[in-house]
Amino acid sequence: MILGKISEILEAAVVTNPGNLDKDIKWAFSTDLLSNVLFYFIPDSLLLTGLIHPQVVRAAEVANIDGIVFVQGKKPEAETIALANEKKITLLVTPFCMYTASGKLYQAGLEGFPEL
Amino acid sequence: MSARSNVPIEGSFQLIGGKFDKAGEASTSLKKKLTEMGLNVEIVRRASIATFEAEINVIIYAAAGWLRYYITDDTLRIVIEDMGPGIENIELAMQEGYSTAPEWARAMGWGAGMGLPNMKKNSDKFKIDSVVGEGTTVEMIINL
Repeated sequence: MILGKISEILEAAVVTNPGNLDKDIKWAFSTDLLSNVLFYFIPDSLLLTGLIHPQVVRAAEVANIDGIVFVQGKKPEAETIALANEKKITLLVTPFCMYTASGKLYQAGLEGFPEL
Repeated sequence: MSARSNVPIEGSFQLIGGKFDKAGEASTSLKKKLTEMGLNVEIVRRASIATFEAEINVIIYAAAGWLRYYITDDTLRIVIEDMGPGIENIELAMQEGYSTAPEWARAMGWGAGMGLPNMKKNSDKFKIDSVVGEGTTVEMIINL
């Protein structure tokens, strides 16, 4: 599912890298615990989170995540946006809560991270 | 591994406790370096995750520390040494889910109790030495 479709389903604002909306995403993962992000390393993936500080982008970079969705309308900090621009990671902001946003994507066919 | 020379490569990063705006810089710089050296993605993955967790631990718990890396033809050795409170019970700290992270770090998404287990999981050799009141040294070796 391309990032553009994800942003449409989540009624999300695209904060960074709108040029990357054709990027195909195969897996998604929702968490507010960054070590759980680091547990995985899956290309073509998306993170849904309520954390908005720059370390989310750092963790995403280390874990090879292509896009981050901030839930509940949380707007990322300016430094988070700057870092995501630098690292070419797409940031989206959805008004939905984490449960609803995850459910909508799952229902539309985007799978959760595979079990290791 | 033709991308590498026979000369050992090493480098270091200084880590400052509480300085979260730079958190992750050392490990992402190392990730970039290893990728540029042409190391395979699995090695880069393990090294990046292990160093990121270690870096965050220093920033959360310690006053300051160093992350040093040494690359030879056979191994990547990463040593993280901090001036911090030390770990009272290493066996307990190594358990998944156990954390003594302060509330402010948990609010930032850390303190899942996965840091040390993630470091060990991603290393071929993992060694931790800690003295309460002095600091902690973690040595991780990844076979190339």
